[in-house]
Amino acid sequence: MSSEGGHGGGSRRISRRRFLEAGAAGLAGLALTKVGLDRTLREAAAQDVSFPIERGASLRVLRWSQFVTTDRPTFEQNAAAFTRRTGVPVTVEYETWTDVQPKAAAAASVGAGPDIVIGWFDEPHLWPDKLVPLTDLAEYLGGKYGGWFDAPRQYGFSAARRAWIGLPIGAPGLAINYRESMVRAAGFDPDPAKFPKTTDEFLRLCRALRARGNPTGFALGKAVGDANTWTHWLLWAFGGQAVAPDNRTITINSPETVNALEYGRQLYETMIPGVAGWLDPHNNRAFLAGEISLTNNGISIYFVARNEFPEVARDMNHAHIPVGPVGRPTELHLFSQAYIFAYTRYPNAAKEFLRWIMEDVQYSRWVNAMLGYVSHPLRHYSGLAVWRTDPKATPFRDAVARMLPHSHAGTPGPHSARAMAEFVIVDMFAEALTGRRSVRDAIRAAEERLARIYRA
Amino acid sequence: MARVEAAARRPLPRTLGSELLENRHVLGGLSVSPALLLLGVFLAYPFFLGAWLSLTDARIAHPGRFVGVENFAYLWGDQVFRLATFNTALYAGVAVVLKLVLGFSLALLVNREFRGKRFVRAAMLLPWIVPTSLSALVFYWIYDSQWSVITWMLRRVGLVEGFINYLGDPNLARASLIAANVWRGIPFFAIGLLAGLQTVSPTLYEAAEIDGAGAWQKFWAVTWPLLLPLTVVVTVFSTIMTVGDFQLVWIVTRGGPANATHLFGTLAYQRAIQGGYIGEGAAIAGFMLPVLIVCVLLAFHYLRRD
Repeated sequence: MSSEGGHGGGSRRISRRRFLEAGAAGLAGLALTKVGLDRTLREAAAQDVSFPIERGASLRVLRWSQFVTTDRPTFEQNAAAFTRRTGVPVTVEYETWTDVQPKAAAAASVGAGPDIVIGWFDEPHLWPDKLVPLTDLAEYLGGKYGGWFDAPRQYGFSAARRAWIGLPIGAPGLAINYRESMVRAAGFDPDPAKFPKTTDEFLRLCRALRARGNPTGFALGKAVGDANTWTHWLLWAFGGQAVAPDNRTITINSPETVNALEYGRQLYETMIPGVAGWLDPHNNRAFLAGEISLTNNGISIYFVARNEFPEVARDMNHAHIPVGPVGRPTELHLFSQAYIFAYTRYPNAAKEFLRWIMEDVQYSRWVNAMLGYVSHPLRHYSGLAVWRTDPKATPFRDAVARMLPHSHAGTPGPHSARAMAEFVIVDMFAEALTGRRSVRDAIRAAEERLARIYRA
Repeated sequence: MARVEAAARRPLPRTLGSELLENRHVLGGLSVSPALLLLGVFLAYPFFLGAWLSLTDARIAHPGRFVGVENFAYLWGDQVFRLATFNTALYAGVAVVLKLVLGFSLALLVNREFRGKRFVRAAMLLPWIVPTSLSALVFYWIYDSQWSVITWMLRRVGLVEGFINYLGDPNLARASLIAANVWRGIPFFAIGLLAGLQTVSPTLYEAAEIDGAGAWQKFWAVTWPLLLPLTVVVTVFSTIMTVGDFQLVWIVTRGGPANATHLFGTLAYQRAIQGGYIGEGAAIAGFMLPVLIVCVLLAFHYLRRD
């Protein structure tokens, strides 16, 4: 499928009205033809959609700095292709990923800055009324590419505005990174298909690794990515949750949370000393140095290993994060989504740019080049070449499909953003696992903090 | 000739502007106005804006409404804020005392005559002139639980087995950050006090020696009283900088483990910018005000006496 080809040369632009007309034609087809034919028609119609670009438009895009070295060149190649096709100059600015939000916050406050921000998690929900609604674009992409997974839908859609305000870009997904030789030596099969799939089996493996002198390592310091992701996973794996779906009732103080922390304490015994102070880069270094046998991370370790430590790359592999007693995946991954500030003079150009980078040719090129560092939010992209060509990348394919939003069981918004920014769940685990507080006291402390945050 | 005299007697044309400029109150006001403008725009406005924000429920991109002292009351009951208050007091208290003692000792040491004196005095400034973010990154590596050079050396000489959990243990993390801050802050004291030492007349020491004073008595009877005003001023400025520290903590621990190293500055940033609650973040910064006001009053008092 080639959207580039679809638009190539003709520069045929169809307005939103024509897009709706095309959608209507698709709906009529649904009534008259069988589903497969309808889908073909709808996709064909949808491929022609583009937003009428404002005269003299130019765009400033703020996004996170690359984690893997092939990201930036490919992204800029896509941006340059957009400029060639539309004549719209695009300036891409990069910030360290944790600094994107402060910059976007300043832009939101003063009403000036980048037209598009490619940021993180629930940033759009911090300033929903400052953004351009993206419902037409999100529905178009969803319709064309097999639909959005559940978590992207929750991240992108604002119940307050009854519209999509963020366009999910994808998740730098995490998986269990492990050293095959160490897992084998511990008496387990290193084949990813046979890797422990439940938390009980996983604990047995970790204990066996530790017994062989190969500890595990999971960040418990203020690691925005690595610590938040695995602690939320563990909490949810046992059925615990910070807040109820009403976004008001704090539900952290439950037997399920106790079970999660008790399990965490046992897992902590298998970890290398020092994890309580680990920030995001620590586990990468420790894993590449062979200090730990197993950790949670994106594909960045493997990417570096392939280029600089081939012996480690050969010996490492990835597996899905295990499922807990709740019986379904409860993973949390970093999640990136784009949004357009309403102060932009070129909202259509901005939407067209986002559409462009999410179309098949560009998006496939980008994700394939990154070796799957970003897992797709649209179901269609499960067939990307990267998920087939390197089996070690395959587990990352399902990251978004297996994830829950960090606000679970509530919806993304200012309170969930604040709870994560303040590391409430990470702190609860850190205090209980290191023994600084009893399990009960750690939960009560977290409950008090959450109550204050959600009440504020 | 007569024509010349007549011209000399003719009064100069007077405009309103020139008349105003001849008024010394107006001229004085005009002369200081650029400085006042700069102070107003870059100091007073941000200060009062911060004070106002601390009394509102402002969030990022939302101006908020006046809520009185609600933010302060909320923080008073907040366990993390209370911990940050303790951390800040401990961090500033211990670090400033250590910097004072070590900085004073260093100043006394380099105040002597010795070969390479100038080089040593210049080198002494290095920790101070290196950008904080850079030195913080160095300490980030020094305190790495697996890669620490300190641990490596101690293991090599057989004093330690395994790893040292510098940043994973709350008290060790606090001590590690204090040590880094002390390393960086010593030159500020040393150079400031060295300048003061150089102004002490040698005749005072000679007189003390004639009276039979030893080294310790010379220090207490001559050096210390003469340097006390300067010492207070340097200490006050250092306290202000230490209480408001941010970069070192943010780069090395981000306030962890479990908030054990959060200071007012890092917590305010986390709440205001990362969490989005500007009003609350401003209120956290506002809690620094009493400490800083006391410091400023002390500094004024001693500067005036000096």
